[in-house]
Amino acid sequence: MTPFTTLSAIVAPLPRDNVDTDAIIPSREMRSTGKTGLKDGLFAPWRYLNRDARVPNLDFILNQPGYENSSILASGVNFGCGSSREHAVWALVEYGIACVIAESFAPIFYNNCVRNGLLPIQLDKGAIAALAGQAVTIDLAGQSIACDEKRFAFAIDAQAKAMLLDGLDAIDLTFKHAAAIADWQARDRKERPWVYL
Amino acid sequence: MSKTLFDKIWDRHLIADLGGGSGLIAIDRIFLHERTGAAALNGLKAAGRSVADPARVFAVTDHIVDTRPGRTDQTMMPGGQAFITETRAACRDAGITLFDVGDPEQGIVHVISPEMGIVLPGLTLIAPDSHTCTQGAFGALAWGIGSSEAEHAMATGTLRITKPKTMRVTFSGKLRPGVTAKDMILRLIADHGAGGGRGHAVEFTGDCVLLLDMEARMTLCNMATEFAAMTGMIAPDAVTLAYLAGRRYAPNPLPDWSSLTSDKDASFDREINIDAATIEPMVSWGTSPAQSIALSGTVPTTADPKSLTYMGLKAGQMIAGLPIDVAFIGSCTNSRLSDLRRAAALVKGRHIAPGVLALIVPGSSQVKRAAEAEGLDTIFTNAGFEWRESGCSLCFYAGGEGFPPGSRVISSTNRNFEGRQGPGIRTHIASPEVVAVSAITGRISAP
Repeated sequence: MTPFTTLSAIVAPLPRDNVDTDAIIPSREMRSTGKTGLKDGLFAPWRYLNRDARVPNLDFILNQPGYENSSILASGVNFGCGSSREHAVWALVEYGIACVIAESFAPIFYNNCVRNGLLPIQLDKGAIAALAGQAVTIDLAGQSIACDEKRFAFAIDAQAKAMLLDGLDAIDLTFKHAAAIADWQARDRKERPWVYL
Repeated sequence: MSKTLFDKIWDRHLIADLGGGSGLIAIDRIFLHERTGAAALNGLKAAGRSVADPARVFAVTDHIVDTRPGRTDQTMMPGGQAFITETRAACRDAGITLFDVGDPEQGIVHVISPEMGIVLPGLTLIAPDSHTCTQGAFGALAWGIGSSEAEHAMATGTLRITKPKTMRVTFSGKLRPGVTAKDMILRLIADHGAGGGRGHAVEFTGDCVLLLDMEARMTLCNMATEFAAMTGMIAPDAVTLAYLAGRRYAPNPLPDWSSLTSDKDASFDREINIDAATIEPMVSWGTSPAQSIALSGTVPTTADPKSLTYMGLKAGQMIAGLPIDVAFIGSCTNSRLSDLRRAAALVKGRHIAPGVLALIVPGSSQVKRAAEAEGLDTIFTNAGFEWRESGCSLCFYAGGEGFPPGSRVISSTNRNFEGRQGPGIRTHIASPEVVAVSAITGRISAP
């Protein structure tokens, strides 16, 4: 996983609440069992006037001048709700989105972001409005967003921060606990034998 | 120290404290389906890793497989066959038990896992599917994850989790006739928002919940994810034990699970109380489950214009009485035998309205056979409904079979998102009772 350190980009505003993963990547756009080939389907319901012919909807933010190459999205509450499909995050990353700023995130989507090097930042509505359309620099180590002279601090779970900053693989990290896992299972097999099929 | 049900399961499964409020948690059961399962298994293989304990991993074909009679691996969804065949091959390679197309146990993951006693009280169970919280109805800690986390759980037998807060939702009193578990959960989400449960593991309790059968309890827990909760759960009781006794993967005799309740004086981070007698049959008007109202009510005057435009509605109007094109009964929310029985009782001897397309998709092959054994299929087909093979079907549109363009659908499913059931399709979610009666009248109607 590519480490996330700093990112400078224009913030593309998507001012909606409850943006669901069906909107981010509709089921019909998930055409293969792999994790790629998804970027053209990103936001397909809103991004295209004709989805089959891929006729762009010029009203959609990522089709507007200055936002075509945005790598930061800003949205409302409960971003990424709905289906657990990790394809939503794979599609965002493949398209080039490296950070989503939202008032809040759906829990499965949040974890999927961290597992794929996409930085989810939670901020309040006022801060998000102030950042919309602005050129910003995000510093993950310092947990701050710089925009002109202003700085916006953000909180992030320590685990998530460490994994994103160092581009760590969660499975490798967990294998370091292999002895503790084996001990736990040996004990548990005696206490709850019915769990083990 | 007093503990909640959630805390008891968490503490039991905690292998290591990872700091910062996170823990390494042992995972007892993993369930995959063909939509995301092949991606996880192939990802694992590509990384040179293997499934640590395949005997505790199960898979099923439910999401992509067709539900038309006489189905095969071929699907109406373009490219869908690869999801089925690749999942089959990956499961065989990894030694994972697959409930495949045509198997007598095939069905929607959250319907068949309980049917076979794969979910049990006190277990941790995960699946790369958001509605895994359904299985919390058995007093398990069951929740949905992404493909990467599924790979992690299969490779290590654990997950790294930020410990959620706890919430207790208490439903007190008696439900009115015609009001169901679906209405209870829609009322909770409508009152407290689609993000209302974020960061929490929710325990449902109260005399009203204890009176629900297991299938209704599953409906209640099913939509905890629509509340943004990590999961919903209900403490196991005699109803739970009676359901599980004799199921294929359940231990015999059943172990003593009596300590799996929240202690009397356990404290929760948040409490919500709902008077069950005030709950009415609900229906969604908008494009989020939170945009739901009582069928007797009207669309709020403060309604989001984007949702109104998509749904072709105006603020202040009634949803009851809206003409429908399609009535759909199915999904992990409401497709079990009791759902079909209640719907059948309402359509028996009647016929669907002219021009309405009406479908019944049983939640599992076992539900289908049981329904046929008591003649429910005949009641439905005589009334003009299509009777399908089991699967997730048109709960979502995968690019294959779809409803007629522009359809307004009354649906017993869980998501009314824009485009969920197809581009431009307008979905109203409600109980199977509301769907059944609406199919007959041709308009959204109370049971």
